[in-house]
Amino acid sequence: MDHPKNNNNRSHTPIGSLREYVPAGISHKDEGDSAIQAIEPWQRVQIARHPERPHALDYIARLCEDFVEMHGDRIFGDDAAIVGGLARFDGQTVMILGEQKGRNTKENILRNFGMPQPEGYRKAERLMHHAARFGFPIITFIDTPGASPGVQSEERGIGQAIAQNILVMLEIAVPFIVTVIGEGGSGGALAIGVGDRILMLENSTYSVASPEAAAAILWRDASQASSAAAAMHITAPDLLEYGVIDEIIREPDGGAHSDPTVTLDAVREAIARHLADLQTTFAVDTPEGARRLLEARREKFRRMGRFVE
Amino acid sequence: MKDIFRRPRYFSIGQDKEHEKEEHKDTRNATAPQDRADRDASDAIWTKCPKCGELLYNRQLENNLKVCQKCGHHFRLSSQERIAFLVDGGKVDDGVVDTGTFEEQGKAVMPVDAIGFESLGQKYASKLVDTQRKTDLNDALIYGTATIEDVPVTLAVVDFRFFGGSMGSVFGEKLARAAELAIERGTGIVTVSASGGARMQEGIFSLMQMAKSTAVMAQLSEAHLPHISVLVDPCTGGVTASYATSADIVMAEPGALIGFAGPRVIEQTIKQKLPADFQTSEFLLKHGMLDMVTPRRELRTTIARLLRLYRGDQSPAAVTQKETSASSVQ
Repeated sequence: MDHPKNNNNRSHTPIGSLREYVPAGISHKDEGDSAIQAIEPWQRVQIARHPERPHALDYIARLCEDFVEMHGDRIFGDDAAIVGGLARFDGQTVMILGEQKGRNTKENILRNFGMPQPEGYRKAERLMHHAARFGFPIITFIDTPGASPGVQSEERGIGQAIAQNILVMLEIAVPFIVTVIGEGGSGGALAIGVGDRILMLENSTYSVASPEAAAAILWRDASQASSAAAAMHITAPDLLEYGVIDEIIREPDGGAHSDPTVTLDAVREAIARHLADLQTTFAVDTPEGARRLLEARREKFRRMGRFVE
Repeated sequence: MKDIFRRPRYFSIGQDKEHEKEEHKDTRNATAPQDRADRDASDAIWTKCPKCGELLYNRQLENNLKVCQKCGHHFRLSSQERIAFLVDGGKVDDGVVDTGTFEEQGKAVMPVDAIGFESLGQKYASKLVDTQRKTDLNDALIYGTATIEDVPVTLAVVDFRFFGGSMGSVFGEKLARAAELAIERGTGIVTVSASGGARMQEGIFSLMQMAKSTAVMAQLSEAHLPHISVLVDPCTGGVTASYATSADIVMAEPGALIGFAGPRVIEQTIKQKLPADFQTSEFLLKHGMLDMVTPRRELRTTIARLLRLYRGDQSPAAVTQKETSASSVQ
């Protein structure tokens, strides 16, 4: 076993213990609250990675009642970098899945810095099938620098695990809402990100590769990460313009961590609204409605891309 | 069904050219650029095996499907060579590629600089034009229809020479169209992938192609048509985390590098030397990630046998018989 065995969710430091930490270069002044703040992509990366930023378990605790965490992929192990389970959201039973980071070194070792291994994705796959069997909507929270690179990851087929999840998300006919709450890093993010609606917090990022990885691939120099962050257009406004996401959820001035309650409630409102909209638009409790929902999801991704002809 | 009786003919992939007559053979794509780069007069006749160092006579190397006769090293192929070695009527003769029964589709789909990408002062848009000129390809993936041992099939092949076979919007769109074409024709699809992963220069659009291609593969699956995925050297990143490894059959050529994270990234992360066979086809087979490792010489027969099994046909003779009687009914 190359990952921590103690992976119940008790060791999760609550928000507030690191409130004073502010990354360099972020000004809280001179920012209007009527429009999306105009700040450098690299600064957004810093905010998205802020240790005090609300993480998946913070959202689950604030947004849901009666959360029961479910563990393990039934094949190899349990991965603390992905948490999931049944809960009640907005009066109905849902399946919640999220990539979980830690707030300090000890937690980050337990959570592998939010970088899931194959067993994490296979747990997610199991829980998605579980949700589909009972007709429960799925709500996911993306927050990962990427899937875990390493010998064991490759031995157990990290690529295949991600590929399988992408396929499953295009085969199950229950409402599926994705929210990018921090870092959306590459295939490791997409592996729980193929939903009917994709929401993004204002200062979160979503990219084809982490800025460091992209810099290493493009220029063989990971220290050029800030240039890569700018070149790849990874911010929420970029992705909304590209039609890849459906809505940007505003953060308080100073970032999500500066007023977590406001952030969490804004996310709750957005998810509840989109979920209700999907359920009425598609009448998902009928087989035909569920089928139309799935077809619309496939069509949504089928249309993505820019080319000429 | 009639196209199985059609005569093989020469075919070019050029963006600005239509079909050429047999006497105007297209030799421009006959060699991969890594061979072309350090080419001198003698290289036109001999090629040195990068693995064992053996000097190989080019004609013999071609006859051996570009596999080293001494050590079995599988040379990388251009998409045209790959098609020629796979489909009925295809051959490579003294650098001249004949893609046989293959008929390319979707040639008009062209890449654009989707996000205004600029790297170290070089614009993606201009690098695209340069690469198109150098490779005579529009983008990294080509697809079309063909027969393999007389079984009709839809075929999509990635060319590693074009931006490292990376998956951008054109790649995803053409792959999606290939799967839709397979559904329309009621054939299986064979994909041959050699790719460095998602194309950084097209940003988030590239990542979304993983979901886009899979969405159409899910429809193919519902139509009960098989997807046979062939992984060839080298295949890493987003391609190995999407359509190429969620296929019905996943096979690889011997000795190919296949993995999600590149070996350099992993070595830097874990600060340890990697095992010698790490991320090879044989490593993946051992760990249960492949159905089979198939030498290039056996690819055609293996794919054809699988396609016939999905169709419920018993043998090549039975297929021909069935189609002959079917056309006589018409």
